[in-house]
Amino acid sequence: MDGVMNPTTNIISFDLTTTSLRDVNHYLHHQVSPGNHIDIHHPNGAHNLAVGLQEAIAVDIHGHTGYYAAGMNQLASVTIHGNAGAGVAENMMSGRVHVKGFASVSAGASAQGGLLVIDGDAGLRCGISLKGGDIVVGGSVGSFSAFMAQAGHMVICGDAGDALGDSLYEAVLYVRGNIKSLGADAQIEPMTEDDQAIVANLLEQAGFSHNPNDFQRVASARQLYHWNADAKQDY
Amino acid sequence: MTASPDNVNQRLSLEESWGYDRRMMNYIYNAAAHGLYEIRGLGAKRKLPHFDDLVFLGASLTRYPLEGYREKCLTKTILGTRFAKKPIELDIPITIAGMSFGSLSANVKDALGRAATAMGTSTTTGDGGMTQEERQSSKTLVYQCLPSRYGFNPDDVRKADAIEIVIGQGAKPGGGGMLLGQKINPRVAEMRTLPEGVDQRSACRHPDWTGPDDLTIKIQELREITDWEKPIYVKVGASRPYNDVKLAVHAGADVVVVDGMQGGTAATQSVFIEHVGIPTLAAVRQAVMALEEMEMKGKVQLIVSGGVRTGADVAKAIALGADAVSIGQGVLFALGCNRDSYIQNGEHHSAVDDYTALGTAPGYCHHCHTGQCPVGVTTQDAVLEQRLEPEMGAKHVKNYLQTLTMELTTIARAAGKQNIHHLEREDLVALTIEAAAMAQLPLAGTNWIPGQSSF
Ligand SMILES: Cc1cc2nc3c(=O)[nH]c(=O)nc-3n(C[C@H](O)[C@H](O)[C@H](O)COP(=O)(O)O)c2cc1C
Ligand code: SF4
Repeated sequence: MDGVMNPTTNIISFDLTTTSLRDVNHYLHHQVSPGNHIDIHHPNGAHNLAVGLQEAIAVDIHGHTGYYAAGMNQLASVTIHGNAGAGVAENMMSGRVHVKGFASVSAGASAQGGLLVIDGDAGLRCGISLKGGDIVVGGSVGSFSAFMAQAGHMVICGDAGDALGDSLYEAVLYVRGNIKSLGADAQIEPMTEDDQAIVANLLEQAGFSHNPNDFQRVASARQLYHWNADAKQDY
Repeated sequence: MTASPDNVNQRLSLEESWGYDRRMMNYIYNAAAHGLYEIRGLGAKRKLPHFDDLVFLGASLTRYPLEGYREKCLTKTILGTRFAKKPIELDIPITIAGMSFGSLSANVKDALGRAATAMGTSTTTGDGGMTQEERQSSKTLVYQCLPSRYGFNPDDVRKADAIEIVIGQGAKPGGGGMLLGQKINPRVAEMRTLPEGVDQRSACRHPDWTGPDDLTIKIQELREITDWEKPIYVKVGASRPYNDVKLAVHAGADVVVVDGMQGGTAATQSVFIEHVGIPTLAAVRQAVMALEEMEMKGKVQLIVSGGVRTGADVAKAIALGADAVSIGQGVLFALGCNRDSYIQNGEHHSAVDDYTALGTAPGYCHHCHTGQCPVGVTTQDAVLEQRLEPEMGAKHVKNYLQTLTMELTTIARAAGKQNIHHLEREDLVALTIEAAAMAQLPLAGTNWIPGQSSF
């Protein structure tokens, strides 16, 4: 079923209380073209909303979403005017996902590209298994964030919980507030000019005005990259 | 000759200990020298209750056999009929198990695709993403979604014919993947977004879901992304298959894959391979019981793997209630694993020196983790991988699958079945008490099923 097109704004809108999730997703997969603007009303915490998008469209979700909103996103720009449940923008490839409220656990998990912006706080495991995407969190992140993160950047404007960056590979994390504890093999390193440029650029894209100088860089000490009996690692 | 007191003393002095035999001593010497556990490939080496401990009864006065060469015996197998708009249709119930590109070379992946396509069956990707080679050569390709999510992306999700969410593997239920630095060459590194040459240990839990309730939503996500077209499999290592199968079905799986402890691996701690998980024989019965209790038998299909080697093994798994089987190690052997020679440009070349260099010999090798496979199967080395030519590999794997299929239909006909899926538990008895207890079948020549009936 199609959405309703507003002739003056050219915005197509759907109401999830009257159109099924499956129909909305099907429309977003097969009936849009680049530049389209879609509004979704009354998400009421629906899971798997706007997953698997492939076109450079703009999607505004007016309300809270359940699990995996905008999961595996490609090219699209999805804005959630509310809070997001677990795994928002999981495995995103490209495009942009913006959560105006808070995000639950595993935000941006295994994202390979694109930008995830969370204005509020993010729960546990934010950026877990990150593979090249960028994440900017306006508030704080929960424990085990960036666990095994392989590539990409996380900019955390607030505090980080326990075990930040445990078993990090090549992803780099920037934290403005306090770090409760670092995970195994994560270490604080001096900020270089490149780091400041990266942070400045991501903050700008995300719409935050913090000073890049206020951030600390966390990266991998690379002690877990190779088996080594003498390192007393608990493999 | 009468034993002189001296002789007896001598023999007593050479009495070997059972608990500390030479195998155990070698284990301790090695541990003491290295301070690190052993990592290796392939599956459990210890003797376990297995399909060999069952036999078919065959036809008799009460059941008519079918003519071996004349009467039809169907092998067609359909998987994923529960929710998917496009179920998987296979000509035979024998599929190729998920083995990662990274553990296997691109040539091998190509060969497996060709063989599977020729036999009308499916291949499966693995922990490391989908290669173009295997997508092109496989008519039916199952795409794994693993905890590591290496190379996992929506384009490949859409290219796949089915998606398999891997919870665990029989060789290491509860463990993540492992790929040692020697095998992380530039292409593998890029596909996995890892630095070249790192000793990779993949995650053992999925990054974006934890329990069975989350899995339900994860399955729905994959269905939404693929517009409900593709079957979703859930693969579990056999630890508590009765509960796991119930939970997987509850979470919405179309197909459940149960992999027993004999299942192969490319690299895992040997303590894990030998000491965690339950034998395939025990797992099949538990899995089938779970499906039967949920009245899901025939609605949710069951694939069984872990130590399936022969057509008889396939027939037994199916008679016990599986819809299909999956094979890993058997396929590696068909490609020449552990053979003393490899075939290049139509000629046999000795690989013995290469086994020696690994500290092993043909017939004993389990060194897949080293990446130095003497026969070019589990390697990323530019020279070694040439030892497996895709055409030759494809031919051998096709022949192997064909042989298994012929053996399977031979048994089915002997049991009077026109369709291999009609094989049933009543066709089987057990040769050992252990097998009888695990498979819940009568001990041959008796009505005794341990735990169910008295002798
Ligand atoms: C070389 C090799 C690589 C494997 N890689 C994977 C993998 O990436 N993902 C997975 O789920 N299972 C993997 N497995 C396990 C197989 O999918 C399958 O469960 C097992 O091989 C079945 O038992 P069998 O080897 O006795 O036939 C691998 C097995 C082997 C031998
Ligand atoms: S021959 Fe190759 S595939 Fe076989 S066990 Fe040795 S290394 Fe592994």
